[in-house]
Amino acid sequence: MSILGTRVVRTEDPVFLARGATYTDDLVDDRLAGALHMTTVRSQVAHGRLLSVDASAALDAPGVVAVFTAEDCADLDPIPAPLPMVPLEMHRHWLAKDKVRFVGDIVAVVLTEERYQGEDAAELVSVDIDQLPAVVTTADAAADEVLLFEEAGTNVMATFGEPPPADLFTGCEVVVEQRMVNQRVAPVPLEGRAAAAAWGEDGRVTVWCTNQGAQQAKTLIAGWLGLDEELVHLVTPDVGGGFGAKIGADPEFALVAWLAQQVGRPVRWVENRSENLTGMLHGRGQDQMIRIGGRRDGTIEAYSLVVDQDCGAYPRLGVILPTLTMRMAVGTYAFPKVHAQARALATNTTSIGAYRGAGRPEATAAVERAIDLFAAEIGMDPAEVRRKNLIPPFSEPYATPSGMTYDSGEYPAALEKALQAAGYDELRAEQARRRERGDVLQLGIGLSTYVEITGADTGLGAAESAELEVHPDGTATVLTGTSPHGQGHATTWAMLASDQTGIPVEKITVLHGDTDRIPRGGGTMGSRSVQQGGAAVQQAAVEMVELAKQRAAERLEVDPADLEVDLAHAGLAVRGTPGAGVTFAELAGEERLVVRTRFEAGLPTFPFGAHVAVVEVDVESGKAQLQRLVAVDDAGVIINPLLAEGQRHGGYAQGVAQALLEEVLYDADGNPQTSTLADYPFISATELPSFELVDMATPTSINPLGAKGIGEAGTIGSTPAVHNAVIDAVSHLGVRHIDMPTTPMKVWRSIQQARTGDVNA
Amino acid sequence: MKISMTVNGQQHTDEVEPRLLLVHYLREVLGLKATNIGCDTTSCGACTVIVDGLSVKSCTVLAAQAEGATVTTLEGLAGPDGELHPMQKAFREEHGLQCGFCTPGMVMAAIGVLADNPDPTDREVREGLEGNLCRCTGYHNIVRAVRAAAQAGPAAGQVPQSQETAR
Repeated sequence: MSILGTRVVRTEDPVFLARGATYTDDLVDDRLAGALHMTTVRSQVAHGRLLSVDASAALDAPGVVAVFTAEDCADLDPIPAPLPMVPLEMHRHWLAKDKVRFVGDIVAVVLTEERYQGEDAAELVSVDIDQLPAVVTTADAAADEVLLFEEAGTNVMATFGEPPPADLFTGCEVVVEQRMVNQRVAPVPLEGRAAAAAWGEDGRVTVWCTNQGAQQAKTLIAGWLGLDEELVHLVTPDVGGGFGAKIGADPEFALVAWLAQQVGRPVRWVENRSENLTGMLHGRGQDQMIRIGGRRDGTIEAYSLVVDQDCGAYPRLGVILPTLTMRMAVGTYAFPKVHAQARALATNTTSIGAYRGAGRPEATAAVERAIDLFAAEIGMDPAEVRRKNLIPPFSEPYATPSGMTYDSGEYPAALEKALQAAGYDELRAEQARRRERGDVLQLGIGLSTYVEITGADTGLGAAESAELEVHPDGTATVLTGTSPHGQGHATTWAMLASDQTGIPVEKITVLHGDTDRIPRGGGTMGSRSVQQGGAAVQQAAVEMVELAKQRAAERLEVDPADLEVDLAHAGLAVRGTPGAGVTFAELAGEERLVVRTRFEAGLPTFPFGAHVAVVEVDVESGKAQLQRLVAVDDAGVIINPLLAEGQRHGGYAQGVAQALLEEVLYDADGNPQTSTLADYPFISATELPSFELVDMATPTSINPLGAKGIGEAGTIGSTPAVHNAVIDAVSHLGVRHIDMPTTPMKVWRSIQQARTGDVNA
Repeated sequence: MKISMTVNGQQHTDEVEPRLLLVHYLREVLGLKATNIGCDTTSCGACTVIVDGLSVKSCTVLAAQAEGATVTTLEGLAGPDGELHPMQKAFREEHGLQCGFCTPGMVMAAIGVLADNPDPTDREVREGLEGNLCRCTGYHNIVRAVRAAAQAGPAAGQVPQSQETAR
């Protein structure tokens, strides 16, 4: 029986559990002996002219070796916008120069012998800023009255798509529209950002940083430093979560490397959580306008989604998030006419980047609310409206009006499975009873169906590399270009290699995140790893077996075609001749047995599913509590169900968090209101139930594993299901829509407004 | 100032700044890096260790306050032969960890939960771990792990050095 599809516990865990993983701040390395600590001085003003930075008092403080300001890095070219469509003037200086553009912009860095000394000295740096009006909302930004980058002449970073055709909704019996907020949230990996750098006598710099893709980070940092890429060795030690916010590179990483060169000593940096909540990328941040039109029988004929994407002060991946939202706008539905359009706008806030789902949850949130709004308008059960409009099952590629080609899908089956597992009819009956009784605790039932894109081309092709070497002692090493940070690739990749070779999982070591050993790789993001990185490992194992057959054929003097893999002995056997054969380890003892390969998927895959959320809402306090989340997630063939379920659980929690609780808030002057974990309502164990998972597996033909991505699906499906459930719980009181997060205050206020008809209640 | 304490069964005496936090003492002075720092507001619990039988957030205790105390960190749980503590085993079997950053604190806090209540319900585990944040697991498998550990017997709620019940 194949090991694939079985619940193998992680090979990573014994070390993680016995002595802890080794994150960047845990590194003990001779090259970092005597390292200085970098402490940042950040703007406390969202928008202003930087008049002066006086470091004299800090320079006299104990342990201070140097203080750097923009003047000291005048020779460094600004960090360019990472995307070609953004105006060139929207670049970022390594340390803020002339202007500050968000609370958290770095104005100076202090280098000290010890960490506590850095905190002390940073407080002594005196920063004089002439405050300017702040651009906080996308509406402020679009007005173009106050500009972040005067030289650019606009706050618009990019625009996508065209206005809707005039006849988009012509002929529709019903058209519903709604303005919605897909709020800004903070990724908050438990490990914040950290980096260390040391220069060698050979003129090369080793940079350690917490990141989701060492190769991409190396290219960026080398480019910013003006160095040949060969001179940068980038290493990602164990990484304590990423969720998209550790994609690419942050200026702090390059600063650490540059400072180490300037002072001729290694430098380390680790941020604290307050610094993290303003300095690390945020996610989401879309203002959406949806319009949906169709017939009173439930058939939807046209849909429009217009997005204003908040990008924060400096352009990062946030700029292109709306393009993913637009591509996935139509979701699982066979709407004949679809329109999508977006603007990406600069605001005096923390930059927006990818966050679990990155543009796709925003698309699903919009269309799933649109369906419910339409259903409410025509008085039809939202499950029935979905049934009427889902794309029928398909196993051949399906082209959508949003320009995507979905690989395989069974959306109606996913919905029915979810409804059945949840006991939908009984839930509706219970809801009716509570409504009739006028209970304080009302029941809300929310649905979502979703399809998302995974393994999309990240610029290096939808491909990944892998190397497999068998050693004479019977162990093996896999080198991968993916970048696990909790996903368990060490285990899953070992399973894939073991499945082909018979080498036991515990004898296979998986290495990643070292650009000297693995020069090419796409990292872990966009739910790409199994379908590309895993497929590459399988391909490497297949090629290694072929190579071994050639060598064994010579040694055993048989035809290679007569050799077959002997899984029990991790080697090759001669067909029909018991006892004759050779192990891979024996072959490796004669000559290195190693293959390096690259798997080209070429195309993305489209996992899908359906979720049912059940909430109880206290109509007197407005508090919503999630009671159940029933989730069908179809990501094709699953290699390790234990780990895939873990991905789903984590995704659900983050989706629930966005629907119910979490939001990054700024005041009108751009001051962050949620810059500690005491203020930011990070979801805890008490706010969640245990989840109800329903399995479904529709293979894809895009890769030999038949696998689609599973890392982000949970978030994409759960957010709108829970959001819809909260509104459903109070819809009988006249509430039509509540923006996320559906906090007690917002829910309570919506109930009061519906009761009194007073929008100011 | 000079402080002394027993950490993972070993006696330590060191000269430290009075303001040094216990978590920094463990990490930087003793080199016990399993205990992590995930926030600066006593919110996340990544730094949870057991001090004199109580699970404590070591970012909110001065090293000096632990004078004379018996401290257990994640590194002190496994037996001398490397055998994992029942809570560590349960976290592995139930896939109760992903990135691993919250794990050292979560495991210590979970031991504390069982010390108070040897056979908790799901809801009681969730309430007991409210002060420990995890971004990866959605807590689902952490809850399963703690309940599985409870089934393994009273050792799951104890730390090895003192064999005292952790609270």
